This record gives sequence, C-alpha cells and structure tokens, in this order.
Amino acid sequence: MTDLLRLDHVTKLFPVGGFFSRRSMKAVDDVNFALSADKPEIFAIVGESGSGKSTLAKMMLGNEVPSSGQLSFDGTDVAAIRGRAAREAFMAKVQPVFQNPFEAFNPLTKLDEYLFATAHRFLGASNRGAREAAADAALQRVGLSLSEVRGRYSHELSGGQLQRIAVARALIPNPKLIVADEPVSMVDASLRMSIVNLFRELRDELKVSIIYITHDLATAYYISDRVIIMQKGKVIESGDARTVLEHPTQPYSIALKGAVLPPDPAAASAIIRQRQVVAG
Amino acid sequence: MHEVLSKAKKTAVTPKNVLTVEGLKAYYINEHFGVRREVRAVDDISLTVQRNEVYGIAGESSSGKSSLIKTLAGAIRPPMRVVDGSVKFDFGGQSIDVYGAPEQLKPARWRHLSYIMQGSMNVLNPVRRVKHSFHDFAYRHMGLSGAAFWSKVRQHLERLGLDPDVLEAFPHQLSGGMRQRITIALATVCEPEFIIADEPTTALDVLVQQDVLGLIKDVQARMQASIIFVTHDMSVHAAITDRLAIMYAGRLAEEGATQALFDNPQHPYTAHLIGSLPRIGDVRVRKSLPGKPPALSDPPSGCRFHPRCPLAIERCSREVPLMQPSATGGRVACFRAGEVVAA
Ligand SMILES: Nc1ncnc2c1ncn2[C@@H]1O[C@H](COP(=O)(O)OP(=O)(O)OP(=O)(O)O)[C@@H](O)[C@H]1O
Ligand SMILES: Nc1ncnc2c1ncn2[C@@H]1O[C@H](COP(=O)(O)OP(=O)(O)O)[C@@H](O)[C@H]1O
Ligand code: SF4
Ligand SMILES: [Mg+2]
Ligand SMILES: [Mg+2]
Repeated sequence: MTDLLRLDHVTKLFPVGGFFSRRSMKAVDDVNFALSADKPEIFAIVGESGSGKSTLAKMMLGNEVPSSGQLSFDGTDVAAIRGRAAREAFMAKVQPVFQNPFEAFNPLTKLDEYLFATAHRFLGASNRGAREAAADAALQRVGLSLSEVRGRYSHELSGGQLQRIAVARALIPNPKLIVADEPVSMVDASLRMSIVNLFRELRDELKVSIIYITHDLATAYYISDRVIIMQKGKVIESGDARTVLEHPTQPYSIALKGAVLPPDPAAASAIIRQRQVVAG
Repeated sequence: MHEVLSKAKKTAVTPKNVLTVEGLKAYYINEHFGVRREVRAVDDISLTVQRNEVYGIAGESSSGKSSLIKTLAGAIRPPMRVVDGSVKFDFGGQSIDVYGAPEQLKPARWRHLSYIMQGSMNVLNPVRRVKHSFHDFAYRHMGLSGAAFWSKVRQHLERLGLDPDVLEAFPHQLSGGMRQRITIALATVCEPEFIIADEPTTALDVLVQQDVLGLIKDVQARMQASIIFVTHDMSVHAAITDRLAIMYAGRLAEEGATQALFDNPQHPYTAHLIGSLPRIGDVRVRKSLPGKPPALSDPPSGCRFHPRCPLAIERCSREVPLMQPSATGGRVACFRAGEVVAA
C-alpha cells in the first residue's frame, strides 16, 4: 500500500539576511505525516499566523522545495519530478485553493478564462463546447453556474463568490488531493458551512482527500478526520480531530481553543477588554 | 470602553452624528453591446454613526457590504455610480459632503478618515520595502520629525504583535496574517477620527485576531473615534461592535444594539445568522439557508428575502417592507418582525 501523500522530516529554511537578519528562518521544522491512498480524508492543519502552514502547502503543491526531508506523492518524491509531462500529471492530481481569493485571480483576466484554461490544460478539452461543459459542471457543484460567471472579472464578484469559483476551478482536473489554504476565511458563516459541507461531499462521493488549512477551529472540528496543530514551523500536537480539539494537551493548543470568540456579545467583548489591558 | 461611552454621552448635549447617510443608492452599471445591466448593490440605505461608536455591518457574501462602505468612503470607481442619496461626515465643524462636494474629501483622508479595503493586504507595493508604504501614506499627516516618526511607527507595530524589522521586508516575505496586520497598522498609525474597515481580521488566527481587535478598540477609545466594521463573522461583531446592521441583498434588514440583536433578533434573516454558528463540542449538521443568494441584477420582488424566508406570506412578494422602529429599540424591515424565535 502506498501513501497518497507522505512527509518525512520535511523542513524549509528561508535564507537569512535582509529582514530578520538576526536569526535564520525555519518556516517549517521537521514535519512528518502521511495520508493513505485507500481512505480519503480531510486533514486539517491549524496554527497561528506565520507558523508555516502556507509554506507547507506550497511544498505539497510542488511550488517550493523542502530544504531537507522528503515529500512524496503517490510514492514519488515531488522534488524529483522532472519533465513537463510528469509535472503536468502531478499538478492535475494535486490542486490548490488559495488563502485569498483576491490574490488568486488576476484582476485583468476574465474568471471564465481561468476555468476554460484549466479544462484545456488538464482535460485536453480542445473545443469551446467541451470547455464550457466542464466549467459549468464544476460551477454547478459549488452552487454557481457558467451564466453567472461568464465574462466577469474578479473585482465584479464578492469574496465568497470568488472562493467558490476557486473551488470549482480546482475540481475540473478531477484531482486526488485538494490543498485548501484558508478557503473559508473570506466567507460568511452560512457559505462557510456550505463550502465545508462541499469538502465532505468531495471526500465521500469523489474520494478526494483534502488538506484543510484554517484558523477556524470550529469548522476544523466540524469536518476534519485528523488535525495537526503547528507553532513556529513545528507540529506540536496531532491526532483524531475530535479528540485533539476537544481535549488539547499542549499549552498553545489550549490557548488557541480558549481564544475562540463565543458568538455572544457580553462574553466576547469581555475577552477583548482583557486583551486590551494586556496590550495597552 | 463602555464607561467611556456613557461618559461621552452625558457630557454631549445631543449625540453627534459623525456620519449621516440618507437614501443612498449606488449601482454597478455596465453597458454590454448596448444592453444596460445594473447591479443594485446598495439600494436605498439610510443610517447614522455617532462619535465614539463602533458600528458593525454583517451579512452574507455578496450582500453588498463592501459596496456600501466603499461608497461611504468615497472610494468608488466606474462602473459603480451613486444614483441617489447622500453621504455626509461632520468632523467637529468640518463637514464633508462626499458626493455633493467631493473636493472636501481629499484633505480629510488618513488624518480624519481612513479606509481599510477588503483584501487590502495587497495594497502594499510588492516591489518596495514595507517602510516605504509607511513613509508614503503616513509621514505627511503626522507632523513628526523623521526620528520621532519612525519610533512611533515601530512602537505601533510592536503593539500589533509585529517585529518592527518587518519595515525592512518586502511583502512577499511575509505571511498573509503579517501583511494584514501591517495594513491595519498603516490605517491606524495616524489615529484618525473615523475608520472604515472591511474584513480587517479575517486572515488572522484567533489569538492574533483578538490582539488586533483589542488594539483597534484601544485606538478607538483613546481617540473617541468612530468605526464602521464590516465582517461576516458574527463572533467578531459580538466582540467589538456597539450597534450592528444586518444587510441582505443590498438593503438593511435590521439594525440595533448588538446585544439586543443577538438576544432578540427581530428579522428572520438575523435569527438565521445567529442560529447557524458552529461551536466546538457540537457536531450537529448546520443548515445553510435554502436557495441561493439573490442576483442583485434581478432581485426578488417585494421583500428580497422572501424566496428563502421561513415566515414569508403572500404580501412579502408584493410589497417592500420599509425600515421601521423595532420592539427592541432598533429598526427592522419585515412584515412579521418580532415573530421570529432565535434558533
Ligand atoms: N519567500 C520568503 N522569504 C522569506 N521568508 C518567508 C518567505 N515566505 C514565507 N516566509 C516566512 O516564513 C514564515 C511562515 O510563513 P507562512 O506564509 O507559511 O505562514 P502561515 O502559517 O501560512 O501564516 P498565515 O496564517 O499568516 O497565512 C513566516 O515567518 C514568513 O515571514
Ligand atoms: N465592479 C463591479 N462590477 C459589477 N458588479 C460588482 C462589482 N463589484 C461588486 N459587484 C457585485 O455587487 C454585489 C455586492 O458585492 P460586495 O459589495 O462585494 O458584497 P459583500 O462585500 O457583501 O460580499 C455582488 O453581487 C457583486 O457581484
Ligand atoms: S417581510 Fe416577509 S419575507 Fe421578508 S423577512 Fe419578513 S416575513 Fe420574511
Ligand atoms: Mg498562510
Ligand atoms: Mg466584501
């Protein structure tokens, strides 16, 4: 049995010098875990800002190379993939959904062009009809349709709409793994639930595994099978998502959980007042 | 903060509206091959914001929150156009009629009024170090000498939990959360009297988010400033806003004191928003609203919420409910206001 994704002692250093010149930057520090190829799952990566989550995501997507350790997909070392055809085949199987939908789409490119280009590139959809059909099918899965998106630019849509389009685009190549970096942070509670419910459907119906990077412990708890908690590049806690998030053992994880703002004005504003005293 | 607020209310003879918005309509107007298409993103909105008040705007994605506050900040560009209504600020005698006399706005920017756009972590110039952005935006307005200016900036960054050395960094070397905090630092370092912020804490993790909310509240209380805070995150509204407006499909559905709105929502949509929040320890499947958010180019007739409303009656699809005083001291636009029970 090979693993779908496997990380062995993955570390990423960013060169020192220039900014933060006093110390070397270990953005990801000795991370190990594996996703099974037989059992699709939603794997959450939770952690504070700057803890290395996006850097980890970039390595999984082959956009950054580990400084040491090995990251393999379907038994192949991702850093060793050579040649255009092999790279394209890898990229079709591992699709990204990015943190900020405003960054993911170039403001000068029409949104449907992204979908058509993806269908062309990964499905070989060579005529307009096939591209449109693929784009529309993917958009329907996320509650949109091609007629709503056709000819429009990113600034014409809201953050939540853009994020649904990003998920639709990722679905077009029929990937095995989706690496979603903060996919719901720009999205309201109701849509947030519809996107995470969608991830669950993708897992159950399309057998896609999902790396779900998030600050939102509540949705991580709600949909994930397993979770790792990161701090300063290191994994400080990992395991079954329900167990870890209900009973965290590390001080940082406990603080993180305690910091979830309750949806209640009296309790939530009391927490912020406390923070003000600490900060002020 | 609440003490400060009540004190201010006692000394002021009449509560002062810093911002008055009347009958505001702002549409995106596109001509496509001679076919005119209007997206009515802001459709007849009236509201006021007082001095020393945090006014929240909530609502689902694409309900028009960003469009509304872009219009309030005077930051609209074609194809968006104000087709009716007015936006007026009053900064201690200096009044600004944003669409009546637009030339009054420019000198007030940054010093009196700052606007943090959604996704604004991208306003940082990608090819220049962060310190240049601070110099460009803030230096002129602070009236401080070079050394004093930089020491103030460094201190401000530290209070936002940032290493002041980020000033030497290029934006791509920073994580999303760091860039977001830098943008907030930029918008608050001049201590303006009015801050308009669109989803300023959504890219932040919960711990950092609380520090940033604490800091925003801090700057606000010290200056007795006013803030319009837009987010879809109801917990953030619970934490920081004094009053809250709920937007649906380009219109206000309800407005009121935050606590009252959470305790006793008068509009069915507000009740849904509050009832759908996930919590740790609770794995019940949360329902999203049935149906899709309405297309603002062709909104539903009557009450725009009627196709998705559990309480809709025949009248709702014919008549537009107007904003009326609500039983809890706010305003609500619903024919069956008050019949809702919080989920
Ligand atoms: N190209 C780069 N050069 C130098 N340092 C970098 C670079 N990219 C990232 N870093 C640093 O690596 C660390 C981890 O960044 P990363 O973007 O992975 O954080 P993150 O966990 O995704 O944070 P956030 O939640 O804020 O998005 C940060 O300290 C960041 O400044
Ligand atoms: N530049 C634009 N041109 C046309 N329509 C736009 C433009 N910007 C936003 N819209 C539309 O206006 C509506 C409201 O969007 P927005 O104000 O961004 O919502 P929110 O901030 O509440 O998510 C959406 O239907 C969106 O597609
Ligand atoms: S006016 Fe009618 S449709 Fe609109 S919210 Fe009230 S009950 Fe529902
Ligand atoms: Mg990140
Ligand atoms: Mg918005």
